[in-house]
Amino acid sequence: MNRIVRIVLPAALLALAATASAQAPAKGKLTDGVVKIGVLTDMTGYYADLAGPGSVVAARMAVEDFGGKVLGQPIVVVSADHQLKADVASNTARRWFDQEQVDAIVDLVSSSTAGAVMPIAAEKKRITLLSGPGTTAFTGDKCTGYNVHWTYNNWALANGTGREVVKQGGESWYFVTADYIFGKSLEEDTSRVVKSAGGKVLGAARHPSPGTTDFSSYLLQAQSSGAKIIGLANAGADTVNCIRQANEFGVTPKQSLAGLLVFITDVHSLGLDAAKGLYLTTSFYWDLNDETRKWSKRFLEKHGKMPTMVQAGVYSAVSHYLRAIRAAGTDDADAVMKGMKATPVNDFFAKNGRIGPDGLHRHDMYLVRVKAPKDSKAPWDYYEIVKTIPAAEAFPTVEAQACPLARK
Amino acid sequence: MTARQSSLLGWAALVTLGLAAPFLVYPVFAMNVLCLALFASAFNLLLGYGGLLSFGHAAFLGSAAYVTGWAVRAWGFPTELAVLTGTALAALLGLVFGSLAIRRAGIYFAMITLGFAQMIYFLVVQMPWTGGEDGLQGIPRGRALGFVPLNQPTTMYYFVFIAFLGGFWLIHRTIHSPFGHVLRAIRENEPRALSLGYDVSRYKLLVFVLSAALSGLAGSLKAVVLQFASLSDVHWHRSGEVVLMTLLGGMGTVLGPSVGALVVVTLENYLADAGSWVTVITGSVFVVSVLSFRRGIVGEVRTLVRRAFIGGKG
Amino acid sequence: MQAIFGQLLVGLINGSFYALLSLGLAIIFGLLGVVNFAHGALYMVGAFAAWMLLTMFGIGYFPALLLAPAIVGVIGVVLERLLLRRLYGLDPLYGLLLTFGLTLIAEGLFHQAYGNSGQSYPVPELLRGGFQLGFMYLPLYRAWVVGVSLVVCAASWFVIEKTKLGAYLRAGTENPKLLQAFGVNVPVMFTITYGFGVALAAFAGVMAAPVYGVTPLMGSSVIMVVFAVVVIGGMGSIAGSIFTGIGVGLVEGLTRYLYPEASAVVVFVLMAIVLLVRPAGLFGRER
Repeated sequence: MNRIVRIVLPAALLALAATASAQAPAKGKLTDGVVKIGVLTDMTGYYADLAGPGSVVAARMAVEDFGGKVLGQPIVVVSADHQLKADVASNTARRWFDQEQVDAIVDLVSSSTAGAVMPIAAEKKRITLLSGPGTTAFTGDKCTGYNVHWTYNNWALANGTGREVVKQGGESWYFVTADYIFGKSLEEDTSRVVKSAGGKVLGAARHPSPGTTDFSSYLLQAQSSGAKIIGLANAGADTVNCIRQANEFGVTPKQSLAGLLVFITDVHSLGLDAAKGLYLTTSFYWDLNDETRKWSKRFLEKHGKMPTMVQAGVYSAVSHYLRAIRAAGTDDADAVMKGMKATPVNDFFAKNGRIGPDGLHRHDMYLVRVKAPKDSKAPWDYYEIVKTIPAAEAFPTVEAQACPLARK
Repeated sequence: MTARQSSLLGWAALVTLGLAAPFLVYPVFAMNVLCLALFASAFNLLLGYGGLLSFGHAAFLGSAAYVTGWAVRAWGFPTELAVLTGTALAALLGLVFGSLAIRRAGIYFAMITLGFAQMIYFLVVQMPWTGGEDGLQGIPRGRALGFVPLNQPTTMYYFVFIAFLGGFWLIHRTIHSPFGHVLRAIRENEPRALSLGYDVSRYKLLVFVLSAALSGLAGSLKAVVLQFASLSDVHWHRSGEVVLMTLLGGMGTVLGPSVGALVVVTLENYLADAGSWVTVITGSVFVVSVLSFRRGIVGEVRTLVRRAFIGGKG
Repeated sequence: MQAIFGQLLVGLINGSFYALLSLGLAIIFGLLGVVNFAHGALYMVGAFAAWMLLTMFGIGYFPALLLAPAIVGVIGVVLERLLLRRLYGLDPLYGLLLTFGLTLIAEGLFHQAYGNSGQSYPVPELLRGGFQLGFMYLPLYRAWVVGVSLVVCAASWFVIEKTKLGAYLRAGTENPKLLQAFGVNVPVMFTITYGFGVALAAFAGVMAAPVYGVTPLMGSSVIMVVFAVVVIGGMGSIAGSIFTGIGVGLVEGLTRYLYPEASAVVVFVLMAIVLLVRPAGLFGRER
């Protein structure tokens, strides 16, 4: 055995030195004869309803409407389930980039998975189009040059819902927060808005996410704080469960709930009776205008549910990406990113939306209120538009974001 | 040829295969296999040779992964120093947990190790620097020996391969040393070993620390390879996974755990898009192995070979 | 002051589940010497059975409380006869590993079929509403959970400690061969015991459905704590597991009030301490 070691060890060291010095050229040509878009999302977990298979449908619709080909080459959509696990997302992304010639990853839906995939994509010069993650820092101190934060971010939600609720009289807040980067970021952004509007934050209860189904002890803490508003800094099934259990525990008459991130699919699960009166901020509603209605009806036929802003965002992002490839004449990431940032976004999702140098897509947001059952005339007729927040007000400025790459 | 010669030839063949691996398969896959093979081999030292089933070995793998990741990312350690730091931490944890756990035996020992691993899990979830649910992201590969950049997959592979060989050699030497023989004696019949005057507790503690340290080495390497440390690395599913690899490959054989690791990682890789079927298949393999395949792959092969050559040399 | 009572009450509710689950586990370990890792998975299957009974057959909560455990009990009997039985002569750790494998299979299958966001199971009409206690509002359903768990635990304890059947079970724990020599069909007794133990788990699952929802991983999230409870209480002691289950629930509740970050880990710290100081558990006898 010792003899083997004496021979093998130097051999291995030599090999190490050899490969280190013979720096292999970086990955081969990007084009590979195809444009491959990977929809990496949560197919079976807490966020599956608001993104998941619906996002894949949206991406495929975008490719189909674009014509199925770009620059004479086919466009392929692949998809995978990251199960909300950052390591699964990171391994899948790595495999997609290294072995399956995927050019762009879209959706990601949760901030942990987005945070894991973005640096990998940046290192390999591939594009990430985030639709779903909310963490504001993704276009701030965690920004990369190959990322676009498309649909919404926590700052926009805090600014919309937070400000409005404080205006309506909710000056003391207690948060029930999903204990990961998204929830904490949402809590932070909303706290800032509340305090700047003259309100107080009395505390926060952090719950593991995903994995918590019983919120009784957290709601109890919120209740005993005496805060007027219980801010739900979580999303998807967590929010739905919190709202249901808050009703069960008699929290609601005395204190009000503020759902900081609520999707139409959540309202659909809860039912208007439980959700009525909730304020929420969204970047898309199917019933906004003729254009949105037309697209959403097509989506409804294919998917069986009305689209959430995440799914609509996926369609819009993929379309914009494909248009940028066509305009740039290549799918090289640097050229495409430049093209995407230079061109405004004009489709049913956004009017005159602009992607800043930090990668944040700034577009109009809408503050809405959930209707009472008697005001809803048809299935999915859930929202009453309270206010349109113009892009310049809805999102933080480039200076405020302070993305290191955006400084000239 | 003699048994010794054929054994040497066998080792040489495996090592050559190992050297050629990055050109035959996806390097990250190969590195993943090596890390988990080392983890399983270290685990087997405790189970197959020491006779102690720990159900909390993920604590060593995972905590080393986090510490190494932090050392490279936040403190800018050169990679091999960071790996050594992670390994040292795992050894320390092994010392603390081991000295308390070995006071009990059998199922109680397993439960104590499980309990300690859960404590580590929740500690990792709570500590701010580990990133909780998000994990420790963006761990740079760094530079080996201060100047060899490890961003090239092939270069990184050889770094891992060398470390793997080192760890494996240590395990091999331990098993075939007088220490290893006493260990086996303790596993077979502890009261007898005691009556012969051996300080049984000391032997058990030593093998526990060694097993923990090498598991830590595996975890440290994994963190640098995947550039990521996450809660999965400290979750009890991971502890269960290493038991499966060892059982499947063959407990109490030197190569068994590595074979088991290869099978399990390959399975997970090919079934990656099959969602939860991976769990179902893993569970089924577990069940089948426990019921009728307890010798594991290598164990079964060895038995078959012996039976085939009964009467001949061997 | 009010806050602490609220958390303790929530702790008591959680503790009732722990007690029910650890009771089944303790019975199985006490008699069969099997560490039934699949206990959590069978709890989950019980909850799913109740949900399926409701959504596919319109069978409500109260019948499900009896039907679901019966179904899962039968599954348990099949598992014991086909699989577990083969491992009785071997190291008990093989039983642990086999049941661990079964857990993975069950969870994988349900996850594949139903995803992870969970199915909702409504609180039965009869048990809606609640009491305003001043320091908190106690939903009626949760009071029901505590009540029923205590009754079932007490009944099980009574059967095992005070009846003839229970005497046979306990004798079987001590010396199965001798009992068999007396003409008692020990293998059948083992099978029935396993079936009963997992039926208890399924019963807990049905009760959990309106509170915790019905998700494939609900067993995983609770099994570790339940193991710790059984170990703390004493692995063969019935009364021990009941008291410890409730006790741990209360301790968790208290910790959530004082130092919330530690609430998940306090049970394992307790377990480690108990194992080192009194290895047979607080109420157990060393096997």
